[in-house]
Amino acid sequence: MLPKFSHLRPATLREALAALDASDARIHGGGTDLVGCLRDRVFTTERVVSLSAIPELRGIAATGDGGLRIGATATLTEIAGHPAIADRFTAIADAARVVASPQLRNQGTIAGNLCQKPRCWYYRGDFHCLRKGGELCYAYEGENQHHCIFGGDLCYIVHPSDTAPALAALGAVCRVSSASATRSVPVDRLHVPPSVDPRRETVLEPDEVVTELVLPAPPAGLRSSYLKIRSRNAWDFALAGVALALVFDGDIVRSARVFLSGAAPVPWRSTAVEAAITGQALDAATIAAAASAAVAGAEPLSGNAYKLALFEGLVAGQLEAIRG
Amino acid sequence: MAKKKPADHAAGSGVTRRGFLGSVGAGAVAAATGAASRAEAVPEITDPEEMVAVALTINGRRHRLLVEPRWTLLFVLRERLCLTGSKAGCERGECGSCTVLVDDEPRYACLTLAVEAEGREITTVEGLLVGEELGDVQRAFAEHDAFQCGYCTPGQVVAAEGLLRANPRPTEAEIRTGMSGNLCRCGAYAHIVKAVADAADGRKTGGGS
Repeated sequence: MLPKFSHLRPATLREALAALDASDARIHGGGTDLVGCLRDRVFTTERVVSLSAIPELRGIAATGDGGLRIGATATLTEIAGHPAIADRFTAIADAARVVASPQLRNQGTIAGNLCQKPRCWYYRGDFHCLRKGGELCYAYEGENQHHCIFGGDLCYIVHPSDTAPALAALGAVCRVSSASATRSVPVDRLHVPPSVDPRRETVLEPDEVVTELVLPAPPAGLRSSYLKIRSRNAWDFALAGVALALVFDGDIVRSARVFLSGAAPVPWRSTAVEAAITGQALDAATIAAAASAAVAGAEPLSGNAYKLALFEGLVAGQLEAIRG
Repeated sequence: MAKKKPADHAAGSGVTRRGFLGSVGAGAVAAATGAASRAEAVPEITDPEEMVAVALTINGRRHRLLVEPRWTLLFVLRERLCLTGSKAGCERGECGSCTVLVDDEPRYACLTLAVEAEGREITTVEGLLVGEELGDVQRAFAEHDAFQCGYCTPGQVVAAEGLLRANPRPTEAEIRTGMSGNLCRCGAYAHIVKAVADAADGRKTGGGS
C-alpha cells in the first residue's frame, strides 16, 4: 500500500498551478515514476496534483516557423509513432521508441521522462544517500557498474532519460509555468549537476510545471539519431547511449551537437566529439578520433571502466551509420 | 577545481570503509525485513472523508465505488471487485503480470492510481472471455502451451490483445517488442511468441473473437 496522499486532477492548467503553490505537492504526469517512488518510499507527499485531465498539455503539432510543439503529457508511444518526429526529428523518435516497455511508453509522458528521478539502486533502496539528504554516495565505494564516468562529484548517478539527450541535441526548449510566471528552459540547461547541487535533478521549482517542449525548425542538412546499449535488448536503461544532431553540407559536418546518456549525472554534452567532427568529412580517421575523444578525460569508478569501450564503439558505429 | 569525493565528505563523520560495508550489510537485512513487514501491515483506518467517489468502466460494466487516492487500479480490481485475473507481481512496473488495457492500450495496473482510471475503458483478462468460452488469444496460449506456472499468463494475454488491437498483423520482431513488457519466470517465451502469431493469423482469416 502506498503512503497516504490527497489527489487533485484539475481540468485546467491554472487550477493545477494554484494547487502546486502549496508546499510538498508532487506532480503526476503519467504516474509511472511517481507511483514507483512513492511505493519505494523514495519520498512521500501530502498532495498529488495530476496533469492527466488537462487538454492544453496534450498533443503534438507543427509550429508556424517549421518547428514542432510537443505537449508535456504527450506519451512516449505517441512520440515514437509520430510521422513528423520520425521524419524530421529522428533522434527523438529513436529515443522514445527504446524507453522502458510498451506499457510504460503508453503511460509515461515526455515531460515526466525529462524530470524522472534517478535509478541508482542506493537512491531507490533503503539507503539514506547524499541525494536523499544523507551524508554520502554509497555507489562511490560500493556497487557502481551502472554509474557515471563523467561529471561525478559527491554523487555518481547517471541520468536515466533517453529522450533528454535527443531533445538536447536538437535544441529543444521547455516552456515552464508557475502560478505567477512563465519561462523557457533549454533542455540542455534543465538538469542540475551534483557539483552545483547533489540534491536536485532539475532547475524547476516545486511549483513549476513543464507545459510543452518546443523544437526549432530543422536546418537544411540536419540528420539526427539516438541509440543506447543495454544489458538486455528490451526494457532496460542505457549503459551507454549517444544522441547525434549533425548538420551536413555535402559530406562535411558543418555543425554538431552530441549528448551522451548513461555517462553522467546529467545528459552529457560531448564537446570533445563535436570538435573532432566539426568541419570534417566522416572518414575512418575522423571517426576513430571522435571515438577516442568521446572517452577522453573520463573518470571511471571501480566497476564501470567497461563503459569506455562501449562509448567508443557506440560513437564510432553511430557516426558511420549517420554518414550513410 | 578539485573535486570533492564522498570519502572526503564522510571523513569528518568518522565513516571507515569497514564500517561502511558493515552498515551496508545491516541495511540490506533491515531492508529485507522492512519490506516484508510493510507488505503484511494492515493499512491504517481511513477517515471516510478521505475517500473519493469514482466511476470505473471495467469490461464494459460501470462500477461506482469509494476509493482512497493511494489505491492502485490493481488493488481495486483484485481486492474490491474480485477481478483476480490481473496478478500482483513486482508491484513496481517491472514484471507485467498486472497488465490491463486502458482504452485499448496495455498499461501496468500497479502503477495506475484508481482515481486516474476514471473515464477510461478498462479491460482485464476476464473481459477477453467470449461468454463462457476462452477468447482467441487465450485459446492460442492454451493450444501452444505458452506457459508453465501460469502466473504471468493473464498479463501476457492482455499485452498480446493490446498488441493485436494496435497492430493486427505483427511481424515476429514486432511481437517480441510488443511483448517485451511482460516477464515469464518459467521462460515460455518461444511458445508465447508462437501463440501470439497464431492468434494474429486467426484474426487475419476471420476466425478471431
